Amino acid sequence: MNRTVARKFGSNVNRLRIPWRQPFSNDAVPISSTSNAANLEKESEDLRYDIAIVGGGMVGLALACSLATRPLTKHLTVAIIDSNLALRRKHFIEKEVHPDPRVSTVTPATISFFKDIGAWQYVEQHRHAYFDKMQVWDYTGLGYTKYNARDANKEVLGCVVENKVLLSSLLSRLQDTDFQKKIYPSRLTSMSILPNSSSLEVDSTLSVTASFTHGRLAKLELEDGNSLYAKLVVGADGGKSRVRELAGFRTTGWNYSQNAIICTVEHAVENHCAWQRFLPAGPIALLPIGDKFSNIVWTMNPKESSEFKSMSEDDFLKALNYALDHGYGPHPTSSLLGNADIFSWLKGVVSRSANDCFEIPPKVVKLASERMAFPLSLRHANDYASNRVVLIGDAAHTVHPLAGQGVNLGFGDASTLSSVISEGIAVGTDIGEILLLKKYEADRKPTNVMMMAVLDGFQKAYTVDFGPLNILRAAAFHGAHYISPLKKSIISYASGEQRLPLLS
Amino acid sequence: MSSLKLLSQLRWFRFLPRNLSNFRLFSDVSEPQINIDPKYNNMFNKASSTPSSLKEPELAKFSAIADTWWDSEGPFKPLHKMNPTRLAFIRSTLCRHFGPFEGLRIIDVGCGGGILSEPLARMGAIVTGIDAVEKNIKIARLHADLDPTTSTIEYDCTTAEKLVDEQRQFDAVIALEVIEHVADPAQFCKSLAALTVQDGASVVSTINRSMRSYATAIVAAEYLLQWLPKGTHQWSSFLTPEELTMILKRASIDVKEMAGFVYNPLTGRWSLSDDISVNFIAFGTKEN
Repeated sequence: MNRTVARKFGSNVNRLRIPWRQPFSNDAVPISSTSNAANLEKESEDLRYDIAIVGGGMVGLALACSLATRPLTKHLTVAIIDSNLALRRKHFIEKEVHPDPRVSTVTPATISFFKDIGAWQYVEQHRHAYFDKMQVWDYTGLGYTKYNARDANKEVLGCVVENKVLLSSLLSRLQDTDFQKKIYPSRLTSMSILPNSSSLEVDSTLSVTASFTHGRLAKLELEDGNSLYAKLVVGADGGKSRVRELAGFRTTGWNYSQNAIICTVEHAVENHCAWQRFLPAGPIALLPIGDKFSNIVWTMNPKESSEFKSMSEDDFLKALNYALDHGYGPHPTSSLLGNADIFSWLKGVVSRSANDCFEIPPKVVKLASERMAFPLSLRHANDYASNRVVLIGDAAHTVHPLAGQGVNLGFGDASTLSSVISEGIAVGTDIGEILLLKKYEADRKPTNVMMMAVLDGFQKAYTVDFGPLNILRAAAFHGAHYISPLKKSIISYASGEQRLPLLS
Repeated sequence: MSSLKLLSQLRWFRFLPRNLSNFRLFSDVSEPQINIDPKYNNMFNKASSTPSSLKEPELAKFSAIADTWWDSEGPFKPLHKMNPTRLAFIRSTLCRHFGPFEGLRIIDVGCGGGILSEPLARMGAIVTGIDAVEKNIKIARLHADLDPTTSTIEYDCTTAEKLVDEQRQFDAVIALEVIEHVADPAQFCKSLAALTVQDGASVVSTINRSMRSYATAIVAAEYLLQWLPKGTHQWSSFLTPEELTMILKRASIDVKEMAGFVYNPLTGRWSLSDDISVNFIAFGTKEN
């Protein structure tokens, strides 16, 4: 065997590592005759990966973990490109006293996904807070809804976890498996995908040039000068995705003229309920994070947000309590028209938590972190997949935080993509092939678009302060509060277990 | 019962106007030899007097669109979309018969641009692909060389009959969507059987000759939806599952499993099913 074949043999066995694969037989000899090709191959064979995940955030790492746990994909080689050096340090979480204000609410569907990929055990070792109750009301005082996990025969409605805990749990899980991954602490500068083979010319001389050696791969160039090749490029690099930009995906969307302020606060008592109140300028949410701490997500218009961000702590705390309590409007009365008599004809349908009275959220006594503000927008990529490139997470879609769904949609994307890749490998498909990636898109796009439409609908419904509309919203609150099947359906949909709202 | 049905079909057939000068005979009586038009001789690497079971107009048809084999959106899109489903059947039947794919010698007869050969090679088999159209083999070779896992595929511009002459044998012989383009299906099946080792496997897929397939594969696919160029298929060349089973049996291949492919227009996906009224695939083993 000549050296080129021997090298290819070596690289093939190491790189791809398919357990049931027979190395080259003696019959066939690959055609790579020119010395130029051999030199190029020597340089670049170590830089060939099956999948390049651009963006080592929560969704990108979740995809890597999911691939690491599936039997058909755990032999794949993966490059993770992220300029956040913290990725390289295995235990970068110090048990800080105060929780970080960047948190995510994970739905039960996401929790079971994390359990499947083996990362939830690491989350449970750090701070996390399950909650089983939720109360939603608005400033008009005309109605409220209380959700209880028992209404849908579940134990929890969700769990609030700091983003850095999720990230480190996924990373720990990844380090524990013997998944072949390499982390590139750099930023992506350019990407080129060689043209589709349909434009191959039938040349009578089979000369192998550089473009043919790498003809089936995407080439990625990084800021620190490295370049690598991959069969599939996954864009998991967030709302301002570079992969999406380089691959030429068009997006649809608009900016909400709203900013969100986030911070951590402390109470005098424990809090196990999630609270959300819709105010004229936007909703304010109070989410328990554990140890008497809670996380605040307050949506408001940009001018107010800069005021609130810069005002003193005491003023801010007063404003917070005002917003959560009786600011902007009255408390809803526990029963608008008598003790739910109006629904008594729906006997058996009235939910158990219908008798729960309206409660005032716990008072905020201390501010436990700095206040951060960021603008909100809705953005959706028109396509999620093209030749050798696929988008997941915020790179594909960004939504309003009002229902805590954003990252959960991203985890759903990661789960679906890894199962589609696994199915493709089972029948020997080239994982960068567009028809395979379109299967992922066909599965996730309707779900994501539906959720975005629902959230956008809520956001728009609350921007208008108009009498009849207020009553309509109040009626919706009442309906959701008292009618059990509707409440169950809403909880199922928000938990990620149901694909379409209102249809069981 | 089924043979009676077959005989009655044969009688009916004789009265239909035909494009072909010969008609299908399912007896063992040897048929007149078909000679290849000399102008196509340069397509074949070796000159041989062995008659090919291929039809000339079919070769010309495929030559014309050879460059578009690997364009997922091009004229071969239906084949690309059907591919994972075909592979699922092949994988499950071959694995049940042989075990894991490693070391398995498979020949893809009528490989075209290599759409089937490449996934089989990625799954670990030792693949040989043959096709009568030189352009297809060139495209297949170029495309397979772009990936180290598929560059081991051996491609040859030849026919099944020529390989039989060379006494080549394979563990599994796969001929998908070929037999409907062949002039003499019975002879073709005999060649496939000769290429298979004892207790090896043969997989053949084609389109059923039924009213439904006329409506779907000819009228809908070629004229209404324009998935396939007009004239790709001729309804009279289709075989029913019973006919295919019989000619394979005559060639010592015992059909063990059969499945159909159905297309769901809402999801745009193909799936395996028991419905063999349009596209179907048969798996058989070679017996003594």
